[in-house]
Order: sequence, then structure tokens, then C-alpha cells
Amino acid sequence: MSDSPRDTRRRHLARRFRQVLEAEYVLTRESELRPYECDGLPAYRHLPLIVVLPADAAQVQAVMRICHEEQVPVVARGAGTGLSGGALPLEDGVLLSLARLNRILEVDPDNLCARVQPGVRNLAISEAARPHGLYYAPDPSSQIACTIGGNVAENAGGVHCLKYGLTVNNLLALELVTAEGERLRIGSGGLDGPGYDLSALLTGSEGMLGIVVEVTVRLLPIPARAQVALAAFDDIEKAGQAVADIIAEGILPAGLEMMDQPSLQAAEDFVHAGYPTDAAAILLCEVDGDNEEVSEEIARVRQRLLDSGATEVRTAQDEAERARFWAGRKAAFPAVGRISPDYYCMDGTIPRKHLPRVLRKIAAMSQEFGLRAANVFHAGDGNLHPLILYDGNAPGELERAEAFGGRILELCVEVGGTITGEHGVGLEKIDQMCAQFPPEELQLFHAIKAAFDPRGLLNPGKAIPTLNRCAEFGAMHVKAGDLRFPHLERF
Amino acid sequence: MGDRTAELQERLREACAEGRPLRPVGGDSKAFHGNPVQAEPLPLAGHAGIVNYAPTELVLSARAGTPLEEVQAVLAGQGQQLPFDPPVFGPGATLGGAVASGLAGPGRPWSGAPRDVLLGVRMLDGRGQLLRFGGEVMKNVAGYDVSRLQAGALGTLGVLLEVSLKVLPRPACEQTLVLELEREQAQARMRELCRQPAPLRGACHHHGRLYLRLAGAGASVRAWRARIGGETLAEHNSFWQRLRDHRLDFFQTERTLWRLSLPPNTPRLACEQHSLPDWAGAQRWVISDTPAERLRAEVTRAGGHAEVFRRGSGEQAPFQALDPGLLALHRRLKERFDPRGILNPGRLFPV
Ligand SMILES: Cc1cc2nc3c(=O)[nH]c(=O)nc-3n(C[C@H](O)[C@H](O)[C@H](O)COP(=O)(O)OP(=O)(O)OC[C@H]3O[C@@H](n4cnc5c(N)ncnc54)[C@H](O)[C@@H]3O)c2cc1C
Repeated sequence: MSDSPRDTRRRHLARRFRQVLEAEYVLTRESELRPYECDGLPAYRHLPLIVVLPADAAQVQAVMRICHEEQVPVVARGAGTGLSGGALPLEDGVLLSLARLNRILEVDPDNLCARVQPGVRNLAISEAARPHGLYYAPDPSSQIACTIGGNVAENAGGVHCLKYGLTVNNLLALELVTAEGERLRIGSGGLDGPGYDLSALLTGSEGMLGIVVEVTVRLLPIPARAQVALAAFDDIEKAGQAVADIIAEGILPAGLEMMDQPSLQAAEDFVHAGYPTDAAAILLCEVDGDNEEVSEEIARVRQRLLDSGATEVRTAQDEAERARFWAGRKAAFPAVGRISPDYYCMDGTIPRKHLPRVLRKIAAMSQEFGLRAANVFHAGDGNLHPLILYDGNAPGELERAEAFGGRILELCVEVGGTITGEHGVGLEKIDQMCAQFPPEELQLFHAIKAAFDPRGLLNPGKAIPTLNRCAEFGAMHVKAGDLRFPHLERF
Repeated sequence: MGDRTAELQERLREACAEGRPLRPVGGDSKAFHGNPVQAEPLPLAGHAGIVNYAPTELVLSARAGTPLEEVQAVLAGQGQQLPFDPPVFGPGATLGGAVASGLAGPGRPWSGAPRDVLLGVRMLDGRGQLLRFGGEVMKNVAGYDVSRLQAGALGTLGVLLEVSLKVLPRPACEQTLVLELEREQAQARMRELCRQPAPLRGACHHHGRLYLRLAGAGASVRAWRARIGGETLAEHNSFWQRLRDHRLDFFQTERTLWRLSLPPNTPRLACEQHSLPDWAGAQRWVISDTPAERLRAEVTRAGGHAEVFRRGSGEQAPFQALDPGLLALHRRLKERFDPRGILNPGRLFPV
């Protein structure tokens, strides 16, 4: 290997890291770095300078102290399932994997909580709690793989958020290692902590403010029973109306999901969930609680769905059928992956009432860009996942898919929504941040970052665009009469 | 009544230019909460009105000075409610004050606090800049969650102008059960019930009685009432409201009232001679003359923190001191939002 400055730097850092970590947990060879080159958004790839795998919080601190002294940027990584490039390494930076901090430290059923290391998988928490009749509520579709640290960093949601909340609503305390290597405890053993609610600020901060080294999550009793209804509609607008009608009825479903024709067809072909493939859209509506309560509510849901124009309503007859109904929904992304060489998953949230308009516009854009789209929707909370189908090997298709995606996100902002409901900004949506936030808000975000990480070493270049970047982006995307950064120079 | 943004912004800009401290005031019903602040009041009460309420979207947006009573009445008209059931300590309490104080009613362990339902804010920072974070949608991870950070910040990071909240349907059925039980047995019973999928929305122990509030579908409430037993309390709402608003006889005292926040199953602490456990044990109201330092040390050992909620005689600091690293971070954050330190200086932590 020729000795480029980069190699020298790498060797120097490796030597320092090996003073605090066992040698085998400091990776420097290309073949060892390769598995870390991207996260769940493989369109972006970089090899990191070096990968370190600390074993515990003390080693994370030691690593951070070295990075701080050496002024080398750090990207944290959980399972790498993130869909916005948040864990994408930096070529001149350290990739800090939390994979070895994977112990469940304590399940405390009497205080309804579990204390876990950040590399613990989401589903593993519920599995450890199950013998106590408890579970951890947020259930992202990636829950067999993604880590709780990654969930905190993205404020991950799942199909049960409407009733049980997001990650932020299910945390009790966090331990954080700062950019300087200091360890802070946030929250308390109770339901609140003294001072500012920093755990709210840290949740969803995408590894930009600190490294999460311990998480205390809230556990809930497993509901006695859950029942799901599947409703078919011949018109997607009727399905949208049905969602509003159920909520107007005073019912708060545990889950309320919608799939359009292309996505339900793909899911059916993949997992044979028993979906009616001639429907324009289906709704899955789950209620949970006591036996008596569930019987009462599912009957109301069924009636409401029929009144709203469902052509067919089925309720799962047993646990196996319920699991099948959900399997189709939970496998929607990979199912779409089977019918197209590549797909690009978007994540906007909109006020639900605008659903018909947004779907119509997405259909029109699909024509315009010449790319198919399938829609999966956390209908209860307005979080839309349009999946854009493309072929990365066909020249220009990736760029078209990205342009299409960008337009969808700007549409979400236009109707009063947001560019990301749960997948984060990462690198992917950094330009659309300029459409969502004016310069004053962006400046405050940078100021917050500086309060935690004055040297800007944690995941630099992600999540919050610089004002200059927005000026450039604005120059490309001037909307009539609405120039977001008029006072900044353009280049 | 109406939109007074421009006027408020002007006052803030001036105060910032002159370095003059301000104390944002809603109904001034929680002035006792936190360190006293010597500052000119900035009244928000006239900046009022519900800006948007979409019952089927489960969202309400209102100006900060909107009276809580008004918000609650409008929601009740649609069979909905504010999930966090804010305490009311006096007439004129406003929505902005309820959010800024971060306080939640007896349903907190099940229905959350203001931070759990705060979807977005419009605010003025300490320079008088008008800023907007979050919005009216349920899920939003674009940028740092500056909105939720405002809940409980006691107006030290900004002046809330408008808040957007997730609202929820009122439960179809509510009942309160009363069981004659001593403290230790009551705690065991609460622990046991919290581990089961019971429709609990309140659990406290007061005067040798365990009070349990059940709320949910009728069938479920009836089934659990049969399972739990005890007497059914007539006028159950007024009990929980009196607990929430500190109107029970327990709270009528000139001595110091402490709020302990603890892991719910913590055994009774030595400082808890005169105590009312709420939130199934996670929040304990304690009337005590134990020296602050000793009390706090005991609570900290148990994994919690202690707050002087109402001061008796003596000069205790209201909030638990933050560890040095955390305090430094608080100060840096405060400085970013309010560089001249004019918003409620010292109310939450020493400047
Ligand atoms: C098939 C599929 C389905 C999905 N479904 C959902 C879904 O339903 N809901 C949903 O919300 N998401 C979903 N996701 C996205 C993804 O799984 C979540 O964002 C998840 O929270 C990421 O966890 P991770 O451990 O993989 O984190 P990574 O991808 O490794 O990292 C994500 C971000 O977190 C940071 N980070 C990781 N660990 C830490 C730490 N300990 N401290 C500080 N920062 C850290 C990283 O720097 C990065 O910015 C899905 C992804 C896939 C591939």
C-alpha cells in the first residue's frame, strides 16, 4: 500500500484506538470496511477511514476523547437499517459501531421499564419483557434488525404509533456520551427529570448531538386481545374518508394502515396475505384491549367501514389470520422490491384531509417522470410512504427517481406537512430541509448543535443544511414569488 | 382577544436591545412554580384564540393566551380532550402556561404529559425572532425537536405564541373504585394492576384508601370493576380534579410541599411521613420539614428527583441541582435561544 496522507492518518488513528480497544475491534482493511459503506439507502456509499467497535460506554468515551483530540469526525451506527443515509460514513471519518453494546442490562417489571445498551435490537426488548406480560410498544417494520440506539436517533415509529406513540413517547432515560467524551445522564428513574427535556431534543437528532450509550425504555402490559379488520375500497378517496370516519366515531385504533393497489398487489404476490387484489385500496384497522372491549369496538369499526363505502370488510378469524393480514403490510417494502430492480422509499407526513389531493398529484408526477409508484400509508397518523420504482442500471433513472421523490416531499410541505415522519433527514433529504425551514430556524438548529458539539465532529454534513447549501438549492428551485433565501449570495 | 404577535415581538426586541429581563405571563396561576423571577411581566392573556381545530385530524392549534377553560369546552363539544389533563391552580390559566410548565394530571403514566402531545410551536426567541417548529402533523422528524423542548422549559427558551397539540377522544366510560387499604398494600395492588392490561387512568393513595380510576370502553371498565372490587365512588371526577388542582385537604398547608418523581415501585422513603402517592407511585406529594439536602439525597439514591412545589418557610431551591456537565449544557442551550438572558432568568436553573 502506498502511503498517502490518508493512510498515514489512518495508521496514526488506529494506533491510538488500539491503546483503548482490543486490536481486533479497530478495522482498517478495505475488506473489513466494506460492510459499513452504506446504510439502508444504498444509493449513497463511502468507505470510512476506520471502523471502531467499542464494547461498553467507557470505551465509547475513550474513543470520543481521541476523536476530539484528533479532530476527526465520527458517525455512529446501529444496525445500518436507516433509510436516509444517516449512518453513511465519512471518507475522512471514524465509523463508530454500537453493535457490541448489545446487552439488556435490566428488565424491571415492577417499575415497567427496561434498561438496555444501544445496540440491542428493538424486537429483543419485547422478547425479554414477554415473560413478564410486558412489551416495548414502538414496532418499526425493521424491528428484527434495527437497534434501540438507532430508534432513538431517528425517533422511529411503527404501525401502532397512533395509540402508543413514537420512540420519544416511550423513553424514560438516556445516557449520552458527548463529542468531548463526557458522559451525561438525562431523565431520571421517574416519569420526568430535572431541567430541560433533553431526551425529547435528543430523540430524532440523528447522531448529531451525542452518542447514546444506554436507554431506559418504558414497558407496557401486553393487551389481552387484538383484532384486525381488513376493508376493501373501490376508490382510494373513500378509504381516506373511512379513516376520518373511524376517528370521528371516537375510536382510537391501535393500528390504521392503508395500501394502494400496486402495493397491495405486490404484497399479495409476495406473502399471500389474502388481500383482495381487485381493490383500489385496502385499510387494515386493528383494535386492542380487553376481550369484551375488542368485541365491542371491532363491531363498531366494521359498521363504520361499511357505512364509509367499503366493498368488503373481513375480520381476522384467528391469530394466524391476523398475523397474515399484517404480514402483507409489514413486508410491503421488500414486496415492492421484488417487482422492480430498485425502489426508493419516501416518508412524508401530511394532514390526513389532504390525502386524496396528494395521491392524485403523486399519480400525475408518476406519469411525468415515467416511473411507477406504490403507496403505503400509516393512515392513522398521516405518514405516507410512496415507493418509487426504478432501475439503477438504466441511465438517468436514479436521478429521475430522486427528482420525483424530492417533488413529493415539497408537496408534503406545501399542504402543511413535513418531509420526514420517521426515517430522518440524513443526507437524503437535506435539500428539502431548505423547503421546510426558513434561515432563522436553520440557524437555531446549528446553534443547538454547537451547544452540544462545538467542533462539529458528530455526523457533520447531515440532517441540517448550511445556509449556503440552501441558497444554492434555492437557486435551482425558485418557486414563483417565493425565494426562501433572498438575502444570501448565490453562486 | 386576537393575534398580538407583532406587538409582543416589538416588546421583546426592545427588551433584548436594552437587556431588560421579561417574565412571560399567561394567567399567572403558576407563578409559585420555580425560582422567583425579578422581571417585567409580558402578558400573553390577550394573545388568544383557537386557530385551528380539526376533530377528525385529532389536532388543535391555539394561541398561547387562550384560556384552558375555553380549549377544554371546545374539545368537550366534540367528545375530545387534552390527554395530559393539565392542573389548574387558579382562574385564568392559559394553554401556553399549561404547556410551558409541563405539568400533567393524575393520568400522566397512561396519558402522558404536554411534551407527549406537543406537535408544533410558534415562538419568539430571546432576540424577538419569530420561529416555527414542528407543525400540525402527528409524526415529524425534520430538524431537532425544538417544540417538545419548550414543554417544561418555563418560558426560559422562548415565548410561546401558538401551540399545536394532539387531542384524543374522551373515554366512553369512566369509573372510580375505592379500596380501604394501608399504604404498603395499596402500593402492592397498584404495582400488580399496572402490570396488567387494565384500563387504568389514575391510581393514588390517600387517607388509607386506594383510589383507582378506570376509563375506556364500557365493557372493559365493567369487567375490571368486577375483577378489582371495592366501592364505586360517586362524582368520581371531582375527586380527581381536586387531586389534580391541589384542592384536597392534604394540600391545605403552610408547610413546604414537595413533589417527588420516583420509580413507581420505590418503597416508602423516610421523608415520606406525610405523603400522597399519585401516578401509581411515580409522583409523590410530600409535606415535610426534612432539610432539603437530606430529602434530596434520599430521593436521588432511590433513582428520582425532588422539587419544592410550594415553599413553606425557609429558602430551599425549588429544583434539584443539575450535575455540572448537564448544567453547563443547559446554560449553553439557554444562551443560544436567549443570548442576553432576558427570558425568565434563573427560573429553572441558576444563571
Ligand atoms: C425494511 C425496512 C423497514 C423499515 N420500517 C420502518 C418503520 O416502520 N418505522 C421507522 O421509523 N423506520 C423504519 N425503517 C428505518 C430504520 O429501520 C429506522 O430508522 C431505525 O430506527 C434505524 O435503526 P438502526 O439501528 O438501523 O440505525 P442506523 O441506520 O445504524 O443509524 C440511524 C441513525 O442513527 C444514528 N445512530 C445510531 N445509533 C446511534 C447511537 N447509539 N447514538 C447516536 N446516534 C446513533 C446514526 O448515526 C444514524 O444517523 C425501516 C427500514 C427498513 C430497511
